[in-house]
Amino acid sequence: MSEKREPSEAAIWLGLADNAFTRQKTVKFGDASAVNSGRFYSILIVCGLIMLWVLSSRLGLVKEFYWPTVGGTFDRIVLLVTEGFRNVSLWEHVGISVYRVLSGVLYGAVVGIPLGFAMGLSSTARGLFDPIVEFMRPIPPLALIPLIILWFGIDETAKIFLLFLASLFIMTIAARSGVSSVRISKVHAAYSLGASKMQILRHVILPNALPEIFTGLRTAMGVCWGTVVAAELVAADKGVGSMIMIAKNFLQTDTVVIGIIIIGIIGYIIEIFMRYLERWLIPWKGKG
Amino acid sequence: MTGIAIDKVSMVFTLPGGGEVHALHDVSLDIKEGEIVSVLGPSGCGKTTLLNIIAGFLAPTSGEVRLNHHTVTGPGSERGMVFQQGALFEWLTVSQNVAFGPNMAGKPKSETKEKVDHLLQTVGLQDFGEKPVYQLSGGMQQRVALARCLANDPDVILMDEPLGALDALTREKMQGLVLKLWKETGKTIILITHSVEEALFLGEKLIVMAPRPGRIEKIYELPFADEGMTKSPRDIKAGPDFVEKREEILSMIWEMEEEIMGQVGA
Repeated sequence: MSEKREPSEAAIWLGLADNAFTRQKTVKFGDASAVNSGRFYSILIVCGLIMLWVLSSRLGLVKEFYWPTVGGTFDRIVLLVTEGFRNVSLWEHVGISVYRVLSGVLYGAVVGIPLGFAMGLSSTARGLFDPIVEFMRPIPPLALIPLIILWFGIDETAKIFLLFLASLFIMTIAARSGVSSVRISKVHAAYSLGASKMQILRHVILPNALPEIFTGLRTAMGVCWGTVVAAELVAADKGVGSMIMIAKNFLQTDTVVIGIIIIGIIGYIIEIFMRYLERWLIPWKGKG
Repeated sequence: MTGIAIDKVSMVFTLPGGGEVHALHDVSLDIKEGEIVSVLGPSGCGKTTLLNIIAGFLAPTSGEVRLNHHTVTGPGSERGMVFQQGALFEWLTVSQNVAFGPNMAGKPKSETKEKVDHLLQTVGLQDFGEKPVYQLSGGMQQRVALARCLANDPDVILMDEPLGALDALTREKMQGLVLKLWKETGKTIILITHSVEEALFLGEKLIVMAPRPGRIEKIYELPFADEGMTKSPRDIKAGPDFVEKREEILSMIWEMEEEIMGQVGA
């Protein structure tokens, strides 16, 4: 019987061949862990898209009004980095958006976490706040923009208040479910070890709720990032959202595209950062 | 007398749709200080309810439990609990878990550290103090739970199927550890179990409970827990006395289960 040839390591890395363990599986369809990275095709599609862009720029296939050329985009990036956009540096546009998100999430957490704890621990608090939280939960924060403009105008307070609302209910619900998820045997064990009510709150209920609070923070960050961009589209003169909206008015398609890419990159960085923080701060997540 | 007095305890749960469940009916039992008592019975016989009443998590409908002449009205550090699993604090290390009781009581750090080190030595986890508990196997986690309970120096240790989630081999080893701790510390221990063998091996007194309403069916006085210190567990469990008792109790519980099934069928 002839020996089957082993696939090379490069082929395995590229996903053109399965690794040794998967090769021994007889059932692959339906086994999610038998699906390999398919990295070869990822590289293929990325290179293909870039080449398509280069080619269409060279041949002038797409009007610059619809999609910028490679050269034009590069020049615009240099211009944005060195001179900024409309007398405001690019970093300031990005910085103000990030600042708004962080403030909104911070205020949302500072109010929402104690609120969620109260709702999880006391019937009175639950009864008082449940109708409000359950009513506000399904409303997209963007639907509140008109009302908030009526209340606060379009200054900084308005945007941060909107983001505060966007994160408040996410944080409240996360904290409440974190409190409710504590196993009664842990609470019983702590009482039997002589802990007081305050000690139970501090040393059992709080650490037990931290993983869910952190998941809430991550969700709130994501939602607020989406909301801030949309809010800046409506009313702002600084921020990444306002940058692409103003650029649109001047038919600067290249700035619009660059802005979209920046929004994507920052959203991704926030997610990665939060995941890293979670692994560092709450290593016991999911191990209860 | 010092020890635990369970005095005519009844527990009636009212069902949401009306109707009542008599989880315990007129249960009386005296447990002497330093005794190890195992409680056995088919599901629904109220053994866990009884333990929760002794622990102070539930108040009985009538009757009372007294520990050293004081009526139990709530949980307290003189009655330690060991649960089946999942009651350790996964955000703390092994040492921090064991130190939980003394820390809550505000005991001096150095004294607590000495105690924790000694207890980890006793349960064979001296090299695992700094590990997070979730990295330990099920058997090791139960060792931590035992050490955490002992760190508070309770008068009574209540165990709710502490070895129920372990594999058979680990379980036998842990039975040996429970016996050893009982001998060394002289604590009063009440142990709930599903395993007839475990109840026979660990109980100086074995309480067999019956369901509907939950009550004490029979009480055995057994020599095996004492022998466990000198003879090997396998020899004890293979001995004719042990086997005879085991079969007798098994068939008793078997009949109770049959009766329940019959009622369900009818």
